[in-house]
Amino acid sequence: MHKDRNSPLLEVNDLQVEFKTRRGIARVLDGIDFSLGAGETLGIVGESGCGKSITALSIMGLVPQPPGRVAGGTIKLKGEDLLSVDERRMRAVRGNEVSMIFQEPMTSLNPVYTVGNQIAETVLEHEGLSRRDAMDRATEMLRAVKIPAPEQRVREYPHQLSGGMRQRVMIAMALACRPQVLIADEPTTALDVTVQAQVFDLLKELQEDTGTTIILITHDMGAIAEMADRVAVMYAGRIIEAGSAADILQDPRHPYTQGLISCVPHLVSDPPVQRPTLLEIPGVVPPLTELGKGCAFEPRCGSRMPRCVREKPASYETGPEHKTACWLADAEAST
Amino acid sequence: MASQSASVSEVRDGKTKVEVERPIVEFLRMYVRNMAAVVAFFVFMIIILAAVFLPMFVAVDPFEIVWLPITPPGQEGFLLGTDNLGRSMAVQILYGARTSLAVGGAAAAITLVIGLLIGSLAGYYRGWVDEVLMRVTEFFQVLPPLLLSMVLVALFSPTLETVVFAIGVVSWTGVARLARAEFMRIRELEYVKAARSIGSKDGRIIWRVILPNALPPLIVTAALTVGAAILFEAALSFLGLSDPNVMSWGKIMGDNRDYLLEAPWTVIFPGLAIFVTVLTINLIGDGLNDAFNPKLRER
Repeated sequence: MHKDRNSPLLEVNDLQVEFKTRRGIARVLDGIDFSLGAGETLGIVGESGCGKSITALSIMGLVPQPPGRVAGGTIKLKGEDLLSVDERRMRAVRGNEVSMIFQEPMTSLNPVYTVGNQIAETVLEHEGLSRRDAMDRATEMLRAVKIPAPEQRVREYPHQLSGGMRQRVMIAMALACRPQVLIADEPTTALDVTVQAQVFDLLKELQEDTGTTIILITHDMGAIAEMADRVAVMYAGRIIEAGSAADILQDPRHPYTQGLISCVPHLVSDPPVQRPTLLEIPGVVPPLTELGKGCAFEPRCGSRMPRCVREKPASYETGPEHKTACWLADAEAST
Repeated sequence: MASQSASVSEVRDGKTKVEVERPIVEFLRMYVRNMAAVVAFFVFMIIILAAVFLPMFVAVDPFEIVWLPITPPGQEGFLLGTDNLGRSMAVQILYGARTSLAVGGAAAAITLVIGLLIGSLAGYYRGWVDEVLMRVTEFFQVLPPLLLSMVLVALFSPTLETVVFAIGVVSWTGVARLARAEFMRIRELEYVKAARSIGSKDGRIIWRVILPNALPPLIVTAALTVGAAILFEAALSFLGLSDPNVMSWGKIMGDNRDYLLEAPWTVIFPGLAIFVTVLTINLIGDGLNDAFNPKLRER
């Protein structure tokens, strides 16, 4: 893996996305920033509804509009702002330069076509291949994602495959045109634990072969530990902490990140006395239409201060390439 | 679910060839379970074959006067008797079958094409496209269909083409609404998102991704539409609004309606023909429905 920090492959700057709802405008993404080099893996974590998936859809140019609207910011792929190109160019980008794996392998494949057909479709859309060559590529891709007997599987329908195999087919589809960026939106949530590990191993292996940059969206801290080079923790539409995976997992600074990590159940308790209580973060993500002036996490935060209600915390450097948006970090920095 | 059997095959893969039914085989198996639909299918096939081939072996024109008027069925060698002008009922019904089936099929095709076009665009694009197309649909829905088609046939010359066109124009709204609902449902599914995420164009997504998945209920409706169109044609020609030079079941009934009491067979036989044909078509539609939605049957 080579990491070229000087010229990032994908650069997201101050991305703002709004959704019109009956209760007013919800700012679903509020100033998302990150940049990624070739071959890197960024993990985006957070609870349901924090804006992880919308971040992914924004990069794909697939935010449903209406009711959605990209209100500001830039998404630069090799210097080209994807938010300002026309639909035609965007179609050429999708599936070819940036592609995506979805959460539900059971429903992400079209039931009326064979899997080979569906993989070939991606290739036909972007490369001037003949139908036969595209089908050959499909077989090749199935082999690459380690599906046994690909020559036979290529002619089968999605309902004939198991969940894990379908997710492999989705990965084959997403990688068929060798994209530079692969967005995996909770790729293993719907799968068995044993199959999850296989899918992650496969993704890592393919990444090593092709040098693809991966954005892994998940709420599974274990997946982050396994896959990610860098991590961005999202809460209510903002990145509240970002840094290297090792840093974030071992030394989380934001109370929310600390909470997320302590929520992960441990299998072995040593010494094996009583089972430790499983921790939880009290409360839920507040409705995005009702965000106050202060920190969005304040109502649930164990270490809240009067200041948290009044002002939104800025982002502070809490280490090399480690940023935390919390007043605690400010206090630390000033002392 | 299906994943269970598939995961077993995954374990054994490489050695065992997984025995799987092709979708069409599965479909036929489900259809065959509905006995009435199977019988209806064969009856309908007989009707079609009779309509297509039997007139070739009959030397008599349906409009030709062959014997005394109002000969009861079975007498003088006339299987179904003669009508009030002395024309053979059997020959008329045979030729009438051609008209009824042709008009029914063609009108159903027009209905389907218009309905599918309007419904799919409205359901896929939503927003103002949907708004405009649905207002147009509602406009056609509130007009009484029989009246509108009568006006259309009367306005233009009463030929078969006009009748087909008139029936098509007044009956596409149901198909449009159904297609719209299906498109609205399917466009939100993950595989449509996935198709968009590989860079597919709208046209491809509408016709190649969504349409095949929206087809099952539309095929059922199409079958029922053929039956409805046959009834419609019969109604129009009963009222005298059809091509006077082409025999049809409705026309036979219309021509003989004044002799209902003296010669009931002149009205009963064509009526029976319409009844049996439409019934078989509806039973076939039922069978298709069962085959497409196997879960609905288990009640």
